[in-house]
Amino acid sequence: MGTGTGLGRVRGLGSAKHGGAHWVLHRMTAVGNLLLLPWLLISLVRLPTYDYTTVTTWLAQPMAAVPMMLLVISVFWHFRIGLQVVIEDYVHEEGTKFASLTALTFYTLGAAAFALFAIAKIALTGTPN
Amino acid sequence: MAQNRARPLSPHLTIWKWGANMAASIMHRVTGTGLATVGVLVLTWWLVAAASGQKSYDYFLGWAAHPLGRFVLIGLSWAFFQHLGSGLRHFVLDVGAGYELNTNRFWARATFVFGVVMTAALWGYLLFVKG
Ligand code: HEM
Ligand code: HEM
Repeated sequence: MGTGTGLGRVRGLGSAKHGGAHWVLHRMTAVGNLLLLPWLLISLVRLPTYDYTTVTTWLAQPMAAVPMMLLVISVFWHFRIGLQVVIEDYVHEEGTKFASLTALTFYTLGAAAFALFAIAKIALTGTPN
Repeated sequence: MAQNRARPLSPHLTIWKWGANMAASIMHRVTGTGLATVGVLVLTWWLVAAASGQKSYDYFLGWAAHPLGRFVLIGLSWAFFQHLGSGLRHFVLDVGAGYELNTNRFWARATFVFGVVMTAALWGYLLFVKG
């Protein structure tokens, strides 16, 4: 941070100019969640039972596996933005903030990879019995 | 930016008179955070268990039927409906509508009624109608 002119003192302290895009993406993924989560809930409520064969047979269908993958993308993207906002509100120390946001990203992408791989495996290999 | 420690902070949570709108705002954050942590881990566990075969899926089901698991699942479904309700309210507030005091309070209260009623309806159906 400069100590000279007024301009020098404030340069680089403005917003990163990504806030608006984040805000809109948060709403867009919220609409995605609003379509996909009730779909999942209704599909689950309509299943006769929740045993292994019933659930995997249901999830192996393209009409279940694809919306489920979209759901994972929408929900995980939505909460990644949301938790970033929460972290930025409460964690002010630069090092801790960077570590928290890194951990959040690893958590999101790690869990998303496991979830998507699991859906793909069920859909592509079918039920074993 | 490093925070200026000398800068006074608002007393924030401690001095404000509680109102439905404040409660709805805080619950939106609490439920969003809960869903993103506990909810996402349960969803991922369920999917990975289903992809790993009968044995790991049955292990998941065992926990889901356990009273402790039930408690978590019911809590998560309540958090979901509460967040959905206040999320819908957010859409209205985001376009600049619904700030008139009585209207604002009414819909803030409505999110709590919605959350509890939907949770009761879902589990009432799952446990007592479907059996
Ligand atoms: C029913 C569908 C959903 C809708 C309509 C919805 C809507 C919203 C909206 C509008 C916001 C922005 C609030 C703000 O800017 O203060 C938000 C924040 C958030 N949402 Fe959701 N959401 C939904 C589902 C979910 C799910 C399933 C999760 C987690 C897995 C989640 C996690 C979060 C988090 C962590 C935040 C940030 C909270 C905050 O900043 O206070 N949401 N949601
Ligand atoms: C939707 C609900 C909430 C909103 C919109 C919100 C918003 C904020 C904002 C804007 C700040 C100031 C951050 C800054 O100093 O730059 C803050 C600080 C704080 N909030 Fe919240 N908050 C919410 C819920 C909560 C909850 C549920 C708790 C705890 C149970 C909490 C505890 C705190 C604390 C302790 C601080 C002070 C952090 C500091 O030292 O700056 N907040 N909150």
